Amino acid sequence: MHQPAWKRWLQQNLGFASALLLLAAIYLLYNMLHPRGFSSAVAVQNANETAAIAFVAMAQTIPVLAGGLDLSVGAVMTLTSCIASVLVNGSPAEIVFGMIATLLSGTAFGLANGLIVVYGRIQPIIATLATGAIAIGLALLVRPKPGGDVDGDLGWALTNSVWDFADTYGLADGGDAWWLRPFADIPVPLIIVLLVTALVWVPFRRSVTGRTVYAIGSAEGAAFMSGLPIARAKIAAFTLGGFFAACGGLYLAIQTSSGNADLQQAGAYTLNSIAAVVLGGTSLLGGVGGAVASLVGAAILRVISFYFRILDIDPLLQPLIEGLVLLVAVSFGAIRTLRVKNKLDLFR
Amino acid sequence: MRIAVSPENKPIVIASLFVVAILLAGTAYTLSTTGTAPLLSPGYLLQQLQTGSFLGICAAGMMMVILLGHIDLSVPWTLTAAAMTATAVGGDWALPTALAVGLAVGLLNGFGVAFLRIPSMIFTLGVDTVLRGLMVAQTGGFAPQDSATPLMLYLAKERILGIPVAIFVWAATSIVIAVILTRTGFGRSIYATGSREAAAFLSGIRTRLVIVGAFVVSGLCAATAGILLAGYSAKAYQGMGNSFLLPAIAAVVLGGTHILGGRGRYAGTVVGVVLIVLLNSVLSIMQMPEAGRQIIYGSVIIGMLLVYGRNQRVTS
Repeated sequence: MHQPAWKRWLQQNLGFASALLLLAAIYLLYNMLHPRGFSSAVAVQNANETAAIAFVAMAQTIPVLAGGLDLSVGAVMTLTSCIASVLVNGSPAEIVFGMIATLLSGTAFGLANGLIVVYGRIQPIIATLATGAIAIGLALLVRPKPGGDVDGDLGWALTNSVWDFADTYGLADGGDAWWLRPFADIPVPLIIVLLVTALVWVPFRRSVTGRTVYAIGSAEGAAFMSGLPIARAKIAAFTLGGFFAACGGLYLAIQTSSGNADLQQAGAYTLNSIAAVVLGGTSLLGGVGGAVASLVGAAILRVISFYFRILDIDPLLQPLIEGLVLLVAVSFGAIRTLRVKNKLDLFR
Repeated sequence: MRIAVSPENKPIVIASLFVVAILLAGTAYTLSTTGTAPLLSPGYLLQQLQTGSFLGICAAGMMMVILLGHIDLSVPWTLTAAAMTATAVGGDWALPTALAVGLAVGLLNGFGVAFLRIPSMIFTLGVDTVLRGLMVAQTGGFAPQDSATPLMLYLAKERILGIPVAIFVWAATSIVIAVILTRTGFGRSIYATGSREAAAFLSGIRTRLVIVGAFVVSGLCAATAGILLAGYSAKAYQGMGNSFLLPAIAAVVLGGTHILGGRGRYAGTVVGVVLIVLLNSVLSIMQMPEAGRQIIYGSVIIGMLLVYGRNQRVTS
């Protein structure tokens, strides 16, 4: 049976497509309800508040695709934001070194996760539960008290629009060059997230290692029998997760210009990352979905909380509404149970 | 002479040996610094077990769910919600209300996981958030002013024959869970469903009801722990259950229960709880800062699992 390509894509990515549609709808409505909707200022603020959780959600996605779960992403993000709050300041060379060191430390932690899971043969969920505790401990060593000193120019440049970025560093005639005009109002955090996605995630997904991650999530035994590099793919999945978590931590440190080894915050980010992954349409069983989908899922989570501000909802009701929205959203997954033809398919 | 230990009991034996090692190391430390050995005095141990009984009861419920290959992330706020409604209702109806809260949460979790087939990881997380929202909306985000009833205070603080009543509650819960797991059809159905749900279903087990049952037990256990904890601190407060979720999971896994379900003995969970409680108390005797505590805590879990919690490689 011949089908148009877009139809087949839609069938295979139903969860992602509906998440994308939902995001477009609620974000459009949000901007229409907002007194200063469709302005650069609103977009910049929204992008700032979404960037960290978007990175952490992407970090969570890759182990989930391989059929595991990484309960340490929030802790690694906290650890790296503490490291960044110590290192990212001083001369330009020192700042660059600090950012690279931050990203490397998160990546190294992810690598350690992967090595423990693959060669220690411990279930990912429980191994990362333990390494998450270690990450929080290290974060407390790096920064026993909340605080820090992140370069102010960098913080301003990376958390505003492209014009401000060019203005801060005197690029493109201080942001007034003609060729920069069309992009001047785009929020920098949005560009950072999309750049990292395009430069890291997309090539990875197309590589043999990336495809093996999907294969492991679908059927590990079959992937092994096909001679795919299972160990390498699993280690890569956790390493890349550590890298994305470090991106989130670095951004959070730059945004808040400080680090805070907060156990509650780490736990909240981890749990929200799982919620974002599921909302984006990635299956917790593995094999279906992707980091871009989780980006959309994280954005949905954040936009819902933006509504509280403009709709003047009692702050005391906010956690309840957030929980109900999450519960109702994931309950749509139950539609699957109505469509199965063989009851045994339910028990996968 | 070579002592044969069945694979099922190996985690329990090793964890028990580690408990002894913790006690010896802690005692060596206190002997060298202060010349006393508080860790070996029965009074101190009973006091530690009294505070450990809250964790023990949470872990008992958690184990039922983990044996199915699921997980219950709603434990923290089930515990808090039960404690808050119990103190708010007060009087003779405090305990039944708290247990009813646990029952209701368990039924809801079970319905979502067993009938809607939503992964337990995300459904129980949603339920936890909703419960938190309900409690914040009801109390206004502050600690409620209601205090625990005399019965709750008695259960958590009093002693019978010098042994805290809370330990008796933990022991009673343990006996019930152990009997359920080893002597009843429900218990065997849990192991069967956790091993392979499709096979259990084809053998005539009503696996969905089994899942609901396990979540109900977990909800009831969390509620019981909430009653005790509210009695112990004489009132309920926001976030009182937050510090029980991860240790409960860790205790179950350290006790040799397989996180993907189907395998594990209840005795292991008890040893796991004792291990975590004693590790915590030794670390606080050593006045270990929070940073070192978290690092040691994580390393111990990894180390123990490297010894006995390794999986088979997937080769087919």
